[in-house]
Amino acid sequence: MKVQVLLFARYAERAGAPIVEIDVTDGSSLAALWDEIRRRFPALSGDASPLMAIDRAYATPDRQVAPGMEVAFFPPVSGG
Amino acid sequence: MTRSVVDAMFRITREPISVLQAMGAVSGPDRGAVATFCGVVRDHHRGRPVRSLEYHAYAPMAERMFAEIAAEAALRRPGTRIAVIHRVGALQIGDLSVVVAAGSAHRADALAGCAFVIDAIKARAPIWKKEFLEDGAVWLEGPDGCGPAAV
Repeated sequence: MKVQVLLFARYAERAGAPIVEIDVTDGSSLAALWDEIRRRFPALSGDASPLMAIDRAYATPDRQVAPGMEVAFFPPVSGG
Repeated sequence: MTRSVVDAMFRITREPISVLQAMGAVSGPDRGAVATFCGVVRDHHRGRPVRSLEYHAYAPMAERMFAEIAAEAALRRPGTRIAVIHRVGALQIGDLSVVVAAGSAHRADALAGCAFVIDAIKARAPIWKKEFLEDGAVWLEGPDGCGPAAV
């Protein structure tokens, strides 16, 4: 299953792109998807605990990813 | 009081922020108090001079989160209406980065609602700032700007 993943802020910079396509097995969790991203982008390997979102709402690492979902990973927020 | 999606103002923008526009969105004949919070780009952070800031956002999620936080504020302070405008892109010292306006019948609800919303935004809204210093740039990560990561 191919998943389009949104990355923001430092993560996007480190990966060199704000959107990456990742191939994972069906039924993978967000945690497994992030592990795959860290393998593909070693510059992110030190980021063990990103914030995660599915369809524009925060999600926990155990959530399963399905085709068509909007998946995003990002660092701790610092707006305001 | 219900509010339609149409008159709600929860916005990420690249344009300069109008405080009056945010205040207007929460004003009304039954509102005797409008409290505002303005975030302003500051020239120093943790003792180091800051030349400018760059804000990035996951805009659709941030705008959705503004609406959620405003709904929470209205539960805590019934009758309080909230507007949020947060700017992104390259900002200079003195620019407004965010405005929160809270309108209510009385000042206690407006002031408390405004404080609740800006605190929640800083803790939860998917927005990031990158500081440009004299000797490079750093991403701030965490609402207190702790754990900066060198670029």
